[in-house]
Amino acid sequence: MEAFTELNGIVAPMDRANVDTDAIIPKQFLKSIKRSGFGPNLFDEWRYLDQGEPGQDNAGRPLNTAFVLNLPRYQGASILLARENFGCGSSREHAPWALLDFGFRCIIAPSFADIFFNNCFKNAILPVVLNDKIVDDLFSRVAEVEGYALSINLPEQTITTPDGDHIDFDVEDFRKYCLINGLDDIGLTLEKSDAIKEYELRRKTEAPWLF
Amino acid sequence: MDSQTLYDKLWQQHVVHTEEDGTSLIYIDRHLVHEVTSPQAFEGLHLAGRKPWRSDSMLAVPDHNVPTTTDGAGIDDPISRLQVTTLGQNCEHFGITEFGMSDPRQGIVHVIGPEQGATLPGMTIVCGDSHTSTHGAFGALAFGIGTSEVEHVMATQCLIQRKSKNMRVWIDGELRTGVTAKDVVLAVIGEIGTAGGTGYAMEFAGPVIEALSMESRMTICNMAIEAGARSGMIAADQTTIDYIKGRPGAPKGEMWEQAVNYWGDLHSDSDAVFDHEVRIDGSTISPQVTWGTSPEMVVDIDSNVPNPADIDDPVARDGVARALEYMGLEPGIEIRQIQPDLVFIGSCTNSRIEDLRQAADVVKGRKVAATIKQALVVPGSGLVKRQAEEEGLHQVFIDAGFEWRNPGCSMCLAMNADRLEPGERCASTSNRNFEGRQGQGGRTHLVSPAMAAAAAVAGHFTSPEDL
Ligand code: SF4
Repeated sequence: MEAFTELNGIVAPMDRANVDTDAIIPKQFLKSIKRSGFGPNLFDEWRYLDQGEPGQDNAGRPLNTAFVLNLPRYQGASILLARENFGCGSSREHAPWALLDFGFRCIIAPSFADIFFNNCFKNAILPVVLNDKIVDDLFSRVAEVEGYALSINLPEQTITTPDGDHIDFDVEDFRKYCLINGLDDIGLTLEKSDAIKEYELRRKTEAPWLF
Repeated sequence: MDSQTLYDKLWQQHVVHTEEDGTSLIYIDRHLVHEVTSPQAFEGLHLAGRKPWRSDSMLAVPDHNVPTTTDGAGIDDPISRLQVTTLGQNCEHFGITEFGMSDPRQGIVHVIGPEQGATLPGMTIVCGDSHTSTHGAFGALAFGIGTSEVEHVMATQCLIQRKSKNMRVWIDGELRTGVTAKDVVLAVIGEIGTAGGTGYAMEFAGPVIEALSMESRMTICNMAIEAGARSGMIAADQTTIDYIKGRPGAPKGEMWEQAVNYWGDLHSDSDAVFDHEVRIDGSTISPQVTWGTSPEMVVDIDSNVPNPADIDDPVARDGVARALEYMGLEPGIEIRQIQPDLVFIGSCTNSRIEDLRQAADVVKGRKVAATIKQALVVPGSGLVKRQAEEEGLHQVFIDAGFEWRNPGCSMCLAMNADRLEPGERCASTSNRNFEGRQGQGGRTHLVSPAMAAAAAVAGHFTSPEDL
């Protein structure tokens, strides 16, 4: 996994609550057996006017020019600003894969759905929870200032605005450590193989029907 | 020892290791696998030269992509077919039990787990699918995971987790006639919202829950995720034990006695403390119908859809207006005036035998209304289908004008050929009414099987008693 330490990028706003993973990447694209290539179909139903199919050339498809990610001012954005309960619904990891493939490395919202939140960390995306008021302010600033960008520093756990203001954010130590070091947690867990085997031995006497 | 909730007990029994910051390694007893969220995980194993830690903890089945019109005869769509054959190859390679498309036991992963006794009380159960919460109905800790975690469980039999907070939803009293588990869970979601359970493990309890059958309990836990909770659970009791007894995966002989004894403790202690508690009087719940694009957008059958003009908060008003526009509904109209074009009875929420019986009861001796373009019944598994046919339910549906299909996820998420066309409206027994869920531009109203059947017959939403 790619490491995440600092990020300086344009912010794109997604101004609706309860954006679900079906909207982030519609189910027809889940037929792929790969992890990559989902970016062109991120928010497919909102982004294009026709119905997208896997394997199709997306370049010639009619764009919904009113959709926020199609606006010229947000091209190249790497930070997505969102509303409550972002990423709700299906557990599909194709949602963070699509966001990452499109270029997003950080998502800021007042709240996230649990499974999605977790999936982000596994894919080098930093989800940041900020309170409603700060998120509201950011939405206004992004709307006012074209090219509005934020600097995110994960080791310091701060976001710096163009005006030089600092916003602190929380992140669990273990997740932060894995992100900063780009660590694959399977390798880390396998270092505890002995503990797992010991646990299994104990459970085989307590609850043998589980084995 | 301090008193504990059911979740506390399940958690404690599965902790392998805890770091100082509370991050824990949790042992997983059962890993259910389907074709959509596993290929990249298997690929990860192959690439790293790893093997599953315990292939015998896994049970695999293709369900999301499978056609429901043919008997395992193959899939037309080459991309879907590749996904299903990839699952078969991976299972064969790693020695994982798989119920392939032509196996009579094939079906929706959350239906076959319990049916096979692969779901047992006290287990930790995961699957790369958010509706894994279904299995919590057995006094188990069951939750959906992403594909990276699928790979992690395959390789290590463990997951890295932090403990959630405890929440209890207590349903008092008694349900009125015609009110089912689906109505209860929709009413709960309507009350607490789709993020109401975020960060919590949600236990359902109280007299109403205790009186429910296992299948109804599964319907409730299935939709815990729609209330934001990754896991939903219900204490194990005699109903649970009776359901499990004799199933292929159930413990046998002496071990059965030992297991039943162990399961006796799988409930919250009477003085356990919950971080959050919600109480609902079951006798006030009516049959429910969703009107919008989120499961919390739900009202009683006797109500009207909301009118944005009556809402003060601008974000909420916008949300309602946007949903009504997508759903093609006039603000404030009566739910009973809404006319579906299609009816879908199926999905891991409502495709078990009791669901089919409830729907058949309503349909019996009646006809699907002429305005309904298509009415589908998709049993949750091959075994459910067979039992329904033995009971003659299929004939009731076919006589009324329903199509009787083969098992699979089908129109719940429209990854196979069963889907809504843009603008089409569906009365559906599934669990999600998000935009495009049942097909791009499709409009979904979530209801119970009896309510779906009543809508099919009447041509508009109504309660079964009013037919
Ligand atoms: S029936 Fe629907 S909700 Fe259930 S597993 Fe299949 S797609 Fe998911």
